[in-house]
Amino acid sequence: MKSLGEVLIQRGPFSEIVIGNSAIVRAMLESGVKVVTSYPGSPTPEIAEAINSIPKDKNPLYFEFSTNEKVALELAFGAAVNGYTSCVFFKSVGMNVVADSFVQLSMMEIPGGMVIVTGDDPGANSSQNEQDNRHYARLSYTPIFEPKDAQEVYEMFKKAVEYSRKLRSPVVLRLTTHTAHFKQKVSFGVYEPSPTGEPLFDPNANGPYIPIAQNVPVMKRRALEKLLRWQEISENYAFLQGNGSDVGIITAGLPYLSLLDVLGESAKKVDILRLGMVYPLPRKAISEFLRKHKVVKILEELDNFIEEKVKAIAYEERIDVEIVGKTDIEDWIGEYTPEKVYSVMSKFSPELVRKVEKPVKFVRVVNRPPQLCPGCGHRPVFYVLSKLLREKDISVADIGCHTLGFLEPYKVGQILLSMGHSTGTASGLSMFNKDRKVVAFLGDSTFFHAGLPGIINAVFNKHNFTLVVMENGTTAMTGHQDHPGKAIKIRQILEAIGVKHIWEVDTYQQDKLEEILKTALETPEFNVVIAKHPCMLKFTRERRRKGIIKVPQMKVTNRCTLAGVCITKFACPSFQRADDGSIFVHEDLCIGDGSCMVVCPSGALEFEKIETGGGAK
Amino acid sequence: MTKFTAFNIFLIGVGGQGIGLLSEILIRAIDYSGQRCIGVDTHGLAQRGGVVSSHIKIGDVNSPLVLPGDVNLALALERHEAARALNYLKDNGILVYYNTSWQPLPVRLGKEPEIKEEEIESTARQRNISVFKVKYALPDSRMQNIALLGVVAKNNLVPGVEPKHYLMAMEDLMSERVYSANKEIFESILEAR
Repeated sequence: MKSLGEVLIQRGPFSEIVIGNSAIVRAMLESGVKVVTSYPGSPTPEIAEAINSIPKDKNPLYFEFSTNEKVALELAFGAAVNGYTSCVFFKSVGMNVVADSFVQLSMMEIPGGMVIVTGDDPGANSSQNEQDNRHYARLSYTPIFEPKDAQEVYEMFKKAVEYSRKLRSPVVLRLTTHTAHFKQKVSFGVYEPSPTGEPLFDPNANGPYIPIAQNVPVMKRRALEKLLRWQEISENYAFLQGNGSDVGIITAGLPYLSLLDVLGESAKKVDILRLGMVYPLPRKAISEFLRKHKVVKILEELDNFIEEKVKAIAYEERIDVEIVGKTDIEDWIGEYTPEKVYSVMSKFSPELVRKVEKPVKFVRVVNRPPQLCPGCGHRPVFYVLSKLLREKDISVADIGCHTLGFLEPYKVGQILLSMGHSTGTASGLSMFNKDRKVVAFLGDSTFFHAGLPGIINAVFNKHNFTLVVMENGTTAMTGHQDHPGKAIKIRQILEAIGVKHIWEVDTYQQDKLEEILKTALETPEFNVVIAKHPCMLKFTRERRRKGIIKVPQMKVTNRCTLAGVCITKFACPSFQRADDGSIFVHEDLCIGDGSCMVVCPSGALEFEKIETGGGAK
Repeated sequence: MTKFTAFNIFLIGVGGQGIGLLSEILIRAIDYSGQRCIGVDTHGLAQRGGVVSSHIKIGDVNSPLVLPGDVNLALALERHEAARALNYLKDNGILVYYNTSWQPLPVRLGKEPEIKEEEIESTARQRNISVFKVKYALPDSRMQNIALLGVVAKNNLVPGVEPKHYLMAMEDLMSERVYSANKEIFESILEAR
């Protein structure tokens, strides 16, 4: 078996089929990165998997998942100011969490060099929005590299480190879901381990580092001067494909590849300028491109970030050219996949796009939303609450696997802002509200990430609602990363904060769970139910690794009266409908947890007897 | 056929069925056959029992993402996802699907009927799409992806890729124990009449 870790740590040069996220780790090694931090968030967790696949004794990188993205960025900053090249990576909305410290970085001298990797998510494949993080660059005078594929992710990361050290300035490498997961044969360079070196934090030589009033102009001037040097560098990342046409297209990132697939043969009929750096923009390359064309289409995903700047350059340089950017609201929405770019470019000029016949007849498809896994400890909580909560009661969701409570048949979780918002939002929703009960949810990882301030506020400012902490012992949604709850007991923290009413219950004890939730909902003061059960996906994966495949599964006996509670109310995916309308348990899905047995009104569910005398091996 | 020589493969299934491994074996086997290829998987919450798909393209191609209606070969690990895959295929394309059904929520809640084989096969016939329906008795259902791979290799549905390339890729990705079990299944399908 070829281990990714062994592949990444070899001296090289070599080439290997990897995704962008793994290519970054090779770039970290080759460019002498020493400290890497993160908080798990799709599409970036595979970077951590690649780092952790490197044998401990050979791994020069210090890596940790911090409590949240802001702590992770601050730790990386501290190391970089000490002269150690560092990298922090997180998903798109992580940028909002780090913002308070991120916006200061460009005003600081960072001798070690620091790369910030944001995993943007056009199309909101796994995020609560598709925010365009390029705006943060303008807000904070921080340059952004935008790779188009896994090879460029690797090359640009190394260049980002090189320039970041030279200018002692932060730099952003902006990935999107499908450059982070872009899979291709990447050719890598040579890795020479470099000594760690002595810490060299020196506020006298490299300061000021305290942005008080009189220092701010000095620090800001330094940031803006560096930006001019970054602008010169961006001229090296203006990739021109010129065919002498009077129609030009300016684009960046993965949409460039969608464009080539959509144009096909007629790519030769247009000139294309691809920007490898999207902030600051290469002013010379752009104005020259504008001068040589009658019409220039700006093809960019999400917001009109490049378009606005290109139009400003045309105005400032007095260039007479027609610039076609976003033409309607739809052009702002969704990932610029080939399918999307096909429709965007057809609006611009139909004869340019390649002919692809659409299927003449479509077959019926059935929507398949994600589901809580078979045996999930969250399911009993949502099943019980869907019985206890009245139509007028309010349930506030948070971010994690438990967000799926909002789906049918439970419909528990009606409003969601961001990670850790639930206690704050629930406090507001419970104001002046005597009759409508308010219940909020919070995952155990999110409890530490951003949930605590809202809880402390609810206690201190006496807000009245029930908080259910969904404790499964891991950061499950993003791939079972560890979180502080492994060492720090949530109950003890709540007691220390002064929460008066705290219950702890294993969610598989459904009767006790129901009794506690009923009491909690009746309690006229802030109260917390810690609903515990280990993540069953993690449990079954570990069980399989030990070689245990066959376990006693649930069976629907002839006592079944087709009440349908198991399949339509408790709704574990293992229950399926046979053609004759009867209900059966799917052998590829049931994990033999038994948490469904108590819901059946006719006691028709029981463990099957396996010929090897029953019981797991 | 335009100069634009490309062979597009679309894989789809339910989170937890092993689409990632099947796609990784396929792209490595194509690489071992000496052809240029790129790909991408969908990740994130969809993996928790939702739809997971993977795209692989061979030849003179740019974006790893397929254009619906422009797919030559679709591999589906489940029947409802086979229907979804059919709508991605070109006319005269090829669909290979493992005939198992993990009913999506609307079917389990009794709001929509389960998709049956005839529904898929009648639409396929109208579009001149050839269909390979796969079903084997396997020691572990997680090997259904390898059974599908056996049918792909047996009918050499990926141009230029031979059984030995698939085995080389499997050996890269699996431990000794897992490799030998899957090799057995793969080869039994190759030799079956």
